[in-house]
Amino acid sequence: MALNIFTRKAMEAIPDIEAASLRSDRFRLEREGDWRRLEAIVTALEKGRVRRIADEDLMELPVLYRKTASSLAVARETSLDAATLAYLEALVRRAWFQVYGPRVGLAGWARRFFTGGWSASVRALWLDICIALFVMVAGTVVGWLLVAQDDNWYYALVGGMDGGRGPSATREQLLETLEPTASAQGLGAFAAYLFSNNAGVCILAFALGFAFGVPTLMLLVHNMALLGAMLYVFDQQGLVWPFAAWLSVHGTTELFAILLSGAAGLHIGRSMVFPGTRTVMASAAEAGRRAAQVMAGCVIMLVIAGLLEGFVRQLVGTAETRATIGGIMLGLWLAYFLLVRPRAGAGAEGAP
Amino acid sequence: MNAAALPARRRLALSRTSRQRELVTPEGLSLPLTLASRGSRIGALLLDIAFLVLALIVIVVVLALIGINLAFAVEEQGTGPAVELMVVFIILLLFFARYGYFLAFELGPRGATPGKRLLGIRVAARDGERLTAEAVIARNLLRDFEVFIPLAYLMALPSGEVAGSGVSGWATFGWLMLFLLFPVFNRDRLRAGDLIAGTWVVEAPRLKLAQAMSTAPDHSQDYRFGPAELSVYGEHELQVLESVLRQNNPEAMREVMQAICRKIGWQGGAGYEREFLEAFYQALRGHLESGMRFGKRKADKFS
Repeated sequence: MALNIFTRKAMEAIPDIEAASLRSDRFRLEREGDWRRLEAIVTALEKGRVRRIADEDLMELPVLYRKTASSLAVARETSLDAATLAYLEALVRRAWFQVYGPRVGLAGWARRFFTGGWSASVRALWLDICIALFVMVAGTVVGWLLVAQDDNWYYALVGGMDGGRGPSATREQLLETLEPTASAQGLGAFAAYLFSNNAGVCILAFALGFAFGVPTLMLLVHNMALLGAMLYVFDQQGLVWPFAAWLSVHGTTELFAILLSGAAGLHIGRSMVFPGTRTVMASAAEAGRRAAQVMAGCVIMLVIAGLLEGFVRQLVGTAETRATIGGIMLGLWLAYFLLVRPRAGAGAEGAP
Repeated sequence: MNAAALPARRRLALSRTSRQRELVTPEGLSLPLTLASRGSRIGALLLDIAFLVLALIVIVVVLALIGINLAFAVEEQGTGPAVELMVVFIILLLFFARYGYFLAFELGPRGATPGKRLLGIRVAARDGERLTAEAVIARNLLRDFEVFIPLAYLMALPSGEVAGSGVSGWATFGWLMLFLLFPVFNRDRLRAGDLIAGTWVVEAPRLKLAQAMSTAPDHSQDYRFGPAELSVYGEHELQVLESVLRQNNPEAMREVMQAICRKIGWQGGAGYEREFLEAFYQALRGHLESGMRFGKRKADKFS
């Protein structure tokens, strides 16, 4: 019995159609049953109780929606009952949001995202990724050159948060900072902290892209100049290889995520400066949605990077093993982004 | 209706018309939308922040209590792993609160956070298409930068602990305010996140269907209104009368009846206000609606 959930409170309230003396009220009373049925379905959908709705009701939702929409169109031209008009407008709008609401749930979205949506949107940003990569390399070089000229630049760039890796540190002190820790205690908290911190930076890099991408580039340059400065300090003591290996465990994943988020920010900035034939608004909206997909992926990458940095790097000792892990991660990411393609038709969503 | 109320009502009506948008659905049906007012959006934001802070306080207090108990219970063996797990949990919880709360709720079928839902507004796609997960992610990725950071900055301002003073301080201030006040400077009340996500925030009230008006006992035999009496008023007055009848306040009904009687030159009988008004409402609505069917509309008593 499809109607049983509505009959309880809604149906008996409708008065006899003949009781109404106005034509527009008779129009309303004739259709009120359909409206209330639609309202009950929409309310259930809004509460996420799809299972409670009978199949017949769900099948009839588009029909009821169109009936009610046409009731609204007629009522606007024939009725002066303000309350009924307001009710119909609100109801049609609510129904519209459900009929045209997101059709896939979170699980469906995640499936599409991992099986091609993410990598496709990353590939779509290739130009921005190239620009961001160039800027990041340039930033590293700038950091290196600045500190090579004057040690004071190091303190200006890094500040006090260098963990004993300053230019004045001895070779032994520097090597010590690369040592693994003895036990895994405390590393979970460290990993969580790293993730939350890095994800914040990435989201900021993305958000700054809104200002035509310029601040994003500045943020990338600044962060990479830090890296360049540290590389220089380690190079002075002949420790570039152990340092790079130490960094690469999580760095290939983390820097890749920063690269992607910078590129995503840049993509938005670029789409607003060069919208092409579309309006700036349409262009920004399209770029924003594509970039958002990349960003969702960045957060996932940073979770992995946080785990690598917090656990693997602190527990694995030799430079070779570290470099191998870092290299494998980089290879995996590249393979994923280049090779995983959405199945034909999987990305397309037709109107109902 | 007194004279002072009129400009305020006009202003409200004007603000509403400036927020009216038309949405054309994919099947070509035009739907009126009303953009959420800035006030309701700020209200929703404050409500959400309040909920979030309250929930965080409750969770952290509960965790702290558990932590204290744990510390007493396993004092000898050391509480390392348990405390660490708790720290991890708190860090992730704070991250989720900052970035995930709004995202998770806006991805739901109502497209609104609890604060938005309470104020009857929701997120919608600007182009009349469905609201996609990507759009919701995009609009919420910017929220931290354009809402939370400026708000935190504003709150830290009086304490004088904000880094940077002079020119750079003012530049930071201007830069952050530019984002915070972004919705003030555009017609569609978009914040930066809405702009890049292709979304906007619209009113989505849930209204109950009110009683049909003309099912009341028919008094058209007792009160006979002629065309001259009915052509005094227009649609606006009819709707005011409708709301008076629906509110059913005896005081207001008496005043309205007296006003109408003065206007049409009748003598109103005390104690029969509702009867009189119902009859007049039905007659006036019938009169105006039959005009509508012939394409004649009368907006208010002045037209």
